[in-house]
This record gives sequence, structure tokens and C-alpha cells, in this order.
Amino acid sequence: MRRRTFLAGLAGSLALPAIAQEETLDPLAAKVGKGAPVKKGKVTLTLPQLADNGNSVPIRIVVDSPMTEADHVKSIHLFSERNPVSNMANFYLGPRAGKAEIDSRVRLAGSQKVTAVAALSDGTYWYDAAAIVVTLTACLDES
Amino acid sequence: MAARIQIPASVKRGEVVEVRVLIQHPMETGYRRDDVGHLIKRNVITSLSCRYDGVEVFRADLSSGIAANPYVQFYTVAGKSGELEFYWIDDEGTQGSERAPIRVT
Repeated sequence: MRRRTFLAGLAGSLALPAIAQEETLDPLAAKVGKGAPVKKGKVTLTLPQLADNGNSVPIRIVVDSPMTEADHVKSIHLFSERNPVSNMANFYLGPRAGKAEIDSRVRLAGSQKVTAVAALSDGTYWYDAAAIVVTLTACLDES
Repeated sequence: MAARIQIPASVKRGEVVEVRVLIQHPMETGYRRDDVGHLIKRNVITSLSCRYDGVEVFRADLSSGIAANPYVQFYTVAGKSGELEFYWIDDEGTQGSERAPIRVT
């Protein structure tokens, strides 16, 4: 019984920092909202959990939106925690996109958390973040 | 600069079309050094846009955080038969463009 409580306590202490990390939004990503709250949800960011090489990592951003004239995604912003240029890309869409989904390949300088923020036509902002382990980082200095 | 654009051969009116663009470009980050230790000047495609019959349907600001030979996949609704025009520009001011016909049935 004592062993069980010890293990439960250990698991709790290990899990806690991971949860805390998940909840914090990249401060640069939060600025996209220009004061408006950037809430978690609607956006799904897909990254592989592990990349052998940071030079080309497939990334997919899907936003849950009907993409009509009245309700569509205006833009999607990608942020990296550790890249020298943290704002990796901005994509501008409109009702003519039909579907709010973008696929691309990014460079990542090390294991980090990547954040995608979507700006909707109704003035709300949503985000999703994904953590990735990069074994070989994209070369920043001597290659 | 060569680019490859992939769209379905024929689409129905109102259908959501998958558009894939791949541009041949080194996307030089500006952080790498050459053999003698000099920094290699940054040269990345900063802007990429797509027009469908003259109307902009997609635009992207890219940075050094995008992999070499940038690949972007997005969607657009098929209106009428016409042309998709792509324009991009890099740090050296080199402009590139490519067209792809779209056949709507």
C-alpha cells in the first residue's frame, strides 16, 4: 500500500510539469490577438512526435470552420519556441478557400513546442500547440 | 526557379480543390557559414501568393523557418475553368511565377 501511494505520488509529480507546459501559450503567439484572448481549441496542429532531422518536418494545420462568407478563417500564424525567427510563417485564407487546412514543411532548431494561431472573421483567436523532439537540429551555424 | 504545381485534372463546380505547390529554392537561412567562415547571406522566399482568375485566394509570408524547396498545400473552391497563377519573391528580389490551368466541369 505504501509502495502504491509512493508510485502514485511519483506519477503525479512527473505529470504535473507536463500539464503546466501544455497550458502556457507562447507569448509571441498571444500577441497575434492584439489584446483579445487567444483560446485553445478549433485548431488542430499535427506534427510528428519525433523528427530525425529538423531540416524538413511535415506540419499540418486544420481549423474547424465552415469557411463561409460570414464565418471563415482569415489567417493562420505559426510560431516556434526555439528558432531564431520565431514567426515561421503566416498564411492568409478567405471564404474562397473552402477548407481551412494547410500542409507544409518547416525547419526546427531543436526539440520544442510549435504553436499555430488562427484568426477568425468573427474576431476570435484560437490556438493549438504540439511538442516535438528533434534529434538533429536544422543547421544554424557551421554545417 | 522552377516550381511544380499539382491540381486534380478535372474538378466539379463548387468542389473543394487541393492545390500543392513545390518551389525549387534553397531557402538559405543566413545563419550558415561557407568553407572559409563567411556568413552566407539570407535568401528565402518571403511571399507566395495564388490567384484564381485574377482574384487572390491564398497568400503566405514565409521565413527561414520553412524548409528548403518550400512545399505548401492548400485548398480552394472551384468556380469556373480558368487559371491558377502563383507569384513569389525572395530576399534577392528575384520574382517567380507559374501558371496552372484548372478545368471545371
